[in-house]
Amino acid sequence: MPLHFELVTPAKLVRSEDVHMVVVPGTEGEFGVLEGHAPFMSTIRDGAVQVFASANGAPEIIQVRGGFAEVSEKGLTVLAEHVEG
Amino acid sequence: MPSLKELKGRINSVKSTQKITKAKQMVAAAKLRRAQAAAEAGRPYATRLAAVMASLAGKVAGDSAPKLLSGTGADQRHLLVVVNTDKGLCGGLNSNIVKAAKIKARELLAEGKVVEFYLVGKKGRAPLKREFPTLIGAGFDTSTVKTPGFPEAEAIADELIAMFDAGKFDIAHLVYPTFKSALVQDPTVNQLIPVPAPTVAEDTGSVVDYEPGEEEILEELLPRYVRTQLFGALLEREASEQGASMTAMDNATRNAGDLISKLTIVYNRQRQAAITTELIEIIAGAEAL
Repeated sequence: MPLHFELVTPAKLVRSEDVHMVVVPGTEGEFGVLEGHAPFMSTIRDGAVQVFASANGAPEIIQVRGGFAEVSEKGLTVLAEHVEG
Repeated sequence: MPSLKELKGRINSVKSTQKITKAKQMVAAAKLRRAQAAAEAGRPYATRLAAVMASLAGKVAGDSAPKLLSGTGADQRHLLVVVNTDKGLCGGLNSNIVKAAKIKARELLAEGKVVEFYLVGKKGRAPLKREFPTLIGAGFDTSTVKTPGFPEAEAIADELIAMFDAGKFDIAHLVYPTFKSALVQDPTVNQLIPVPAPTVAEDTGSVVDYEPGEEEILEELLPRYVRTQLFGALLEREASEQGASMTAMDNATRNAGDLISKLTIVYNRQRQAAITTELIEIIAGAEAL
């Protein structure tokens, strides 16, 4: 079962896809989210979100600024104010 | 009765007006599609943010709630944030927004409250200033950028929140047009600050971990929510402006067409009358010989 990952900015829905794992730069440290993660919410600091499409592939890096991440049973949603690239 | 030359001049001038309105209509139609797409693209963020807000606001209630959520405790000074367009040629859109703002302002003044305006966009300034010359406060000029986006919404929100923190007002209302269709744009009045507590307390049944803490997250969330509201208002305004402009210019083009055909009939009739008179003169002259 892959993890459903969504990256949303005020301007548009940047990503909505199924991935293996996402590493999010939380305010109190980076955390990785896999499928079946417990419900969790954190603010994020400016930094890179790493998206692992498969278990042993290289991560795709997306720079984000300002926002927060929410993990629910539906998957991971990152709400960011700015996304670069 | 205008002369033939005058009529010809009028027909030409109406024709060039029609060209302008037609061009503006086509430009608005093209821009409307883009503005509508932008408004739709902004919706997922707003709905997600509102959902998160709803689940958090229920948990952090009472005295510990941030000021942006609970308010200052008074409701004496009101700020009306009126979002108007920068350009005209869009029918009754701006006058409808101003009308809605005036109704709200009179209502508040009748209750003995203090009202101040914060104007976004150029077109609302003159009519509101005529009605309430002393109540116009600061404003934000969006005419310097081509299409107002998130940076502008951010700047407006930061200014409003700074004003709120400085204790300049107790309650802020946002007046903006909601885009329904190219024909209908309804002016809407929403409470902006303090952020209205969501009525539907979402209960997912699961225990959610918060990092750093619920209050800290909420404190960071509220300014974001205000920004998103303003961003949404700007997007709606853009779509409404283009929609209203398209409809108004379509009507104007059709009107000009009607006027041209009427003037052409008058012109032809007069020309014919002139020819007939001339003929009668010639025939009468020939008969006299």
